[in-house]
Amino acid sequence: MARSKKISVDRRGFLKGAAAGAAALVARPEAAKAQDAAEVHRPATPTPLPGAKQTASETTPPPHVDVWTTDRPGSDFMVDVIKTLGFEYVAANPGSAFRGIHESLINYGGNKAPELLTCCHEESSIAMAHGYYKIEGKPMMVMAHGTVGLQHASMAIYNAYADRVPVYLLLGNIQDGAWRRSDVEWAHSVQDAASMVRDYTKWDDSPVSLGGFAESAVRAYKIAMTPPMEPIVIVADAVLQEEPIPEADRGRLQIPKLTLASPPAGDYGAIKEAAKMLVAAENPVIVAGRVARTPEGINLLVQLAETLQAPVIDRNLRMNFPTAHPLYGAGTVGGADVVLGLEVPDMWQVTHTQTPVNKMGMESKRVTKPGAKVITIFAGDLFGKSNYQDFGRYDEVDLAIAADAQATLPMLIDECRKLITADRKAVIQARAAKLAEVSRRNRERDIEQAAWGWDASPVTTARMAAELWNQIKTEDWSLVSDVTFVSWWPRRLWDFDKPYHFIGGHGAYGVGYGAPAAVGAALANKKHGRISVNIQCDGDLNYAPGVLWTAAHHRIPMLNIMHNNRAYHQELMYVEDMAARARRGVDRAGIGTAITDPNIDYAMMAKAYGMFSEGPIENPNDLGPAIKRAIEVVKKGEPAMIDVVTQPR
Amino acid sequence: MKPLVFAAAFSAATLLAQGAAPDAANGKKLFLRDGCYECHGYAGQGGRDGARIAVIGLNAQGLIHYVRAPAGAMPAYTDKVITDQELTDIHAYLQTMAKAKPAKDIPLLNDLYKK
Repeated sequence: MARSKKISVDRRGFLKGAAAGAAALVARPEAAKAQDAAEVHRPATPTPLPGAKQTASETTPPPHVDVWTTDRPGSDFMVDVIKTLGFEYVAANPGSAFRGIHESLINYGGNKAPELLTCCHEESSIAMAHGYYKIEGKPMMVMAHGTVGLQHASMAIYNAYADRVPVYLLLGNIQDGAWRRSDVEWAHSVQDAASMVRDYTKWDDSPVSLGGFAESAVRAYKIAMTPPMEPIVIVADAVLQEEPIPEADRGRLQIPKLTLASPPAGDYGAIKEAAKMLVAAENPVIVAGRVARTPEGINLLVQLAETLQAPVIDRNLRMNFPTAHPLYGAGTVGGADVVLGLEVPDMWQVTHTQTPVNKMGMESKRVTKPGAKVITIFAGDLFGKSNYQDFGRYDEVDLAIAADAQATLPMLIDECRKLITADRKAVIQARAAKLAEVSRRNRERDIEQAAWGWDASPVTTARMAAELWNQIKTEDWSLVSDVTFVSWWPRRLWDFDKPYHFIGGHGAYGVGYGAPAAVGAALANKKHGRISVNIQCDGDLNYAPGVLWTAAHHRIPMLNIMHNNRAYHQELMYVEDMAARARRGVDRAGIGTAITDPNIDYAMMAKAYGMFSEGPIENPNDLGPAIKRAIEVVKKGEPAMIDVVTQPR
Repeated sequence: MKPLVFAAAFSAATLLAQGAAPDAANGKKLFLRDGCYECHGYAGQGGRDGARIAVIGLNAQGLIHYVRAPAGAMPAYTDKVITDQELTDIHAYLQTMAKAKPAKDIPLLNDLYKK
């Protein structure tokens, strides 16, 4: 055992003795000070002499007390395991239940690989890992307390789950009630820690030995990284963390080798059938969801689209396809005779009209032409959960391939090329010029639309996007935020072609994702010297703004542009919808949804967290120069914020 | 649906014939009060959730018809929440909104053409 050299009392008895000794050492001087103070105010009262017992306690060394130390806590071995998994960072809001691993990471592990990131909320920790993955392509580890920490983290886990992002979550917990101290942290433990998030994680385990921890930790990484990728949970028992590594285990503990599983590719027969339908189509259309897992995914999608001369409709969930490509957005589902959905989580939405709020949901109409065929390649068909849901209406399709799309694309491209005869090649090539013209017209339409409200205040989101692009277009940039709430303007005006140019969105619309995910993604960009740009929604930032401090503290360079529309605007519109439907009070939708009176000063907020900031900017002509100044700060390796008062969308 | 549209058209035509002159200033107040800006923008420029309505191409009757029975994702507003006269005022306000400059006259946008 690695306890101190003298362990002669049982553990509980020893702890009592140590506590009493410590109390004596601290309490006596305080009592003596109080006596001294009383003496000053009562000069006429004779000072009583100390008794023999008190004199002895103050003048003789205290009795020998055993202290309990260890040179090899179990958490050191856990850190050995963690280091083999190649994490760059571990994000955590400190918590008592994982204090053993915390200490081992920073001292035994040297606070390198992984380096600890100080977070102000567990939701921020998870969302930082969420954003980080989408740039780095590998998980960030997160630590959280098994009860209260996980409760804070849970919404962000659901987002990552719906966005198919692997997050490696390690929870601290003390399972054995007999080992708990009287402190509040251990009274609040949990029998089955991961149960709270089991509905929206892929796998979890609560190993009961260090050997079991090693195997589960490696297994969890493999499971998280196998498509469909999802968060996992490992529970690190606090007793295992804090107790010494048992002597009997020291020579035999092993860390298993990590071998990632190859992603599941589609059935060959089904791929041949899909190729046959696509090559025979007169107007095939590709709909891209979360297709590109790696840079190669973008290349493969370009190859397939060019092979077929099929337009690509991008759902803005990942960086899938270059926005300046002549096939980008150059077609519609309604005009297609074959629709290929690649990693589209809700194909029904793609093939149907959106139902207005004042009509019944069942009234949605299918938009595909009569006889049009729909093919899907979707890893989500390999995995699903019942309770917390991530699906819409049932998709009626003609060929469903349960597989990872990127892993399937090489075979699909090959099969298509094999089937393209000279005749078909002529037909396919004839489409190219027409589609390029559609793409060009779409682009011009967007540019012309951006001119509307150009000089308006509040600033239009189109103007904001154009001003940003003007400042970053010659830089190595990365958009680390979603585009849904700014009418997709960056995707309509900027040229996206690098894998790190775009990271998609939140997954489950869990608001509060934006700021921390951007910080995590910006952290992944830091070592490459990229200018990370975060268009930050105001409502989102107010969930856990402490992440601004995390960005400042860890010197994470990023440009934050506040999309400050002073409302939870999606909900404002929903309440407006309900009022119109109920035929009353359409002028009252701002109650409970507006973030005004007082207006929040985000520039001041950023300053409070140690971040350079300017604003609020209401005159659109002030925006360009402010962005320029902020980028200079970012180039020095610091985060910066510009608060822009904006149009709603 | 058609009878409703015809009814709305008749009602609007009647009111427009008999009602007060369009009041753009009141239309602006209503545009803000009743939340038109929420989807269409303060400048009527349009966006993700609503079409551009600045300098709208529809006439007042056309606007009334559409608002009563919209074809897209917009909720229907009955005359209980917005009267025909109020929509006529809103229409007048929309006509006063600034028309966009040609994108080619805006350097940042003009640069986007050069590809």
